[in-house]
Amino acid sequence: MSRPILKLEGLSKAFGAVQVIDDVSFDVPQGTRMALIGPNGAGKTTIFNLMSGVYTPDEGRVIFDGEDITGLPSRKRIGRGLARSFQNIRLMPHLSVVENIMLGQQSRVSGPGAMIAPLGRRSRWRQEAEALLSEMNIDTYTGEVVATLPYGIRKKIEVVRALAAKPKMLMLDEPAAGLNPSETAALRDFLIQISETGTTILIVEHDMSLVRSLCDRAVVLNFGRLIYDGSTRDVQNDPQVLEAYLGSRHAEEAVHA
Amino acid sequence: MSGYLAGIIAILSINIIFAYGIFLAVASGQLNLGGVGFQAVGAYAAGLLSASLGLPVALTLLAGAVVAGLVGVALAFPILRTRGVYLVLATFAFAEVVAGIILNTDALGGAMGMSVPGYVEWQIPMIGAILVALLVFYLMATRFGLTLRAIHDDEDVSELMGVSIRNVKVAAFGLGAALAGLSGAFYAHNFGYIEAQSFNALVSIYVLLYVLLGGTQTAWGPLVGAAFFTLLPEVLREVLPALKDFFITLFGGVPDGSRPDESWRFVILGVLAVGFMAIRPEGLVTRTMVERLTFRRPSSRFKEVTE
Repeated sequence: MSRPILKLEGLSKAFGAVQVIDDVSFDVPQGTRMALIGPNGAGKTTIFNLMSGVYTPDEGRVIFDGEDITGLPSRKRIGRGLARSFQNIRLMPHLSVVENIMLGQQSRVSGPGAMIAPLGRRSRWRQEAEALLSEMNIDTYTGEVVATLPYGIRKKIEVVRALAAKPKMLMLDEPAAGLNPSETAALRDFLIQISETGTTILIVEHDMSLVRSLCDRAVVLNFGRLIYDGSTRDVQNDPQVLEAYLGSRHAEEAVHA
Repeated sequence: MSGYLAGIIAILSINIIFAYGIFLAVASGQLNLGGVGFQAVGAYAAGLLSASLGLPVALTLLAGAVVAGLVGVALAFPILRTRGVYLVLATFAFAEVVAGIILNTDALGGAMGMSVPGYVEWQIPMIGAILVALLVFYLMATRFGLTLRAIHDDEDVSELMGVSIRNVKVAAFGLGAALAGLSGAFYAHNFGYIEAQSFNALVSIYVLLYVLLGGTQTAWGPLVGAAFFTLLPEVLREVLPALKDFFITLFGGVPDGSRPDESWRFVILGVLAVGFMAIRPEGLVTRTMVERLTFRRPSSRFKEVTE
């Protein structure tokens, strides 16, 4: 296995009396496509928020690309190469598609000079954003305002916006939620295309057939604890995972059957 | 040119500059209801330098903008910790503090006001308004403008994208304050006389209305809003007597030729403002409207994509 791009070490987070994340450790190997799964309320999105710096952990460390980023402000994490998308689409509704992508480039922009340079047709930022859109086959909508576009397209644009930061690792929170089967299949091919450029992908997803066809490894959370870390092939035969999803009685039946 | 028309162009230019100042803050999601405070700072800075030191107008105009801008930046840091209605109240309170200081400072003329030498005619404010409009149009086409609009839409995601929220907000607020100050300096030199009472809360409310009703998504908004609401009362001044006669005839009366009460103008203005908010909640000029009016027909869009 290649060296981990991301390491979580003993991560814990409580909101008031509720222990949302309890001593979670796992590695994400560089270049892989990995899934983070678990029942509703297991803490998957909280893990994402701890990784991207929206929350700070009570205990434990987040190591990214060999560097401890636990205390790094969220704004700076994307610059280190850790980009994410959101469970509910959070594109800027009043910006056009290409402007949303140019916003995704923000972490690579430095200095006041770049801030007051025009982003017209000839700017290299706009050209790069348009090239990225056409590379990802969604260049039909470039100039349109995002609010008017179909749901499936907006989901894709959100992933491309994260890609515009040229991240080493991409964290996707339920990218297939609300998509129909053909859109989901297109998304899978799209993510495979991204991963083949060397970007590591960590995905939170409920659609198990997507997880199996996309990822080779999965970690499973339940009630904030890690209960499985292994291949996606065996995950559905793991007694603890079955218990988490189906309850203990059904899990026994499933194993005996 | 008649004095009346010259006066209207001057006040229109001043209002446009003022509106762009408030627009920059509002475009990044910060409702600034203390606009008149910055305008007063600019007016008094220009007036004082002109009256006591006899500096040339070009310098006092610049000084009005710079002083108001510095006050804006200094105020931005504490004030930007507040949000929503609290930010509105904080900026409002700032303007009241400015008025209070002016009223109680003898060097500024106190309640007596202050006459300002160095009269400028309507041409100078008009050139100023054109330059300010061009500047804001330019800024909105830069990455700075992009981040402003992004923060307006979703501050948390902008932060995760790597936008330095504080820097962008402080820059927008400070530059906006400088423009408000510039409008005040033009006002001081054009009217030749400034007093605390003319920088009252109503002015802040009006300029915020220009911006919100004009539209905050593009740089066209404040231009259209300020022009519309500055010119409308003047148009109504002409139209109102005819309108009164029309309504009296409509209900079977005989017009007596007397002028209607002036307050009717403000009734109509208020009704229109409420109407606009109901019909176009995102402002008169929206982004999609600008695009529809310019070049973006489907064929040209396709061409743009394939280029």
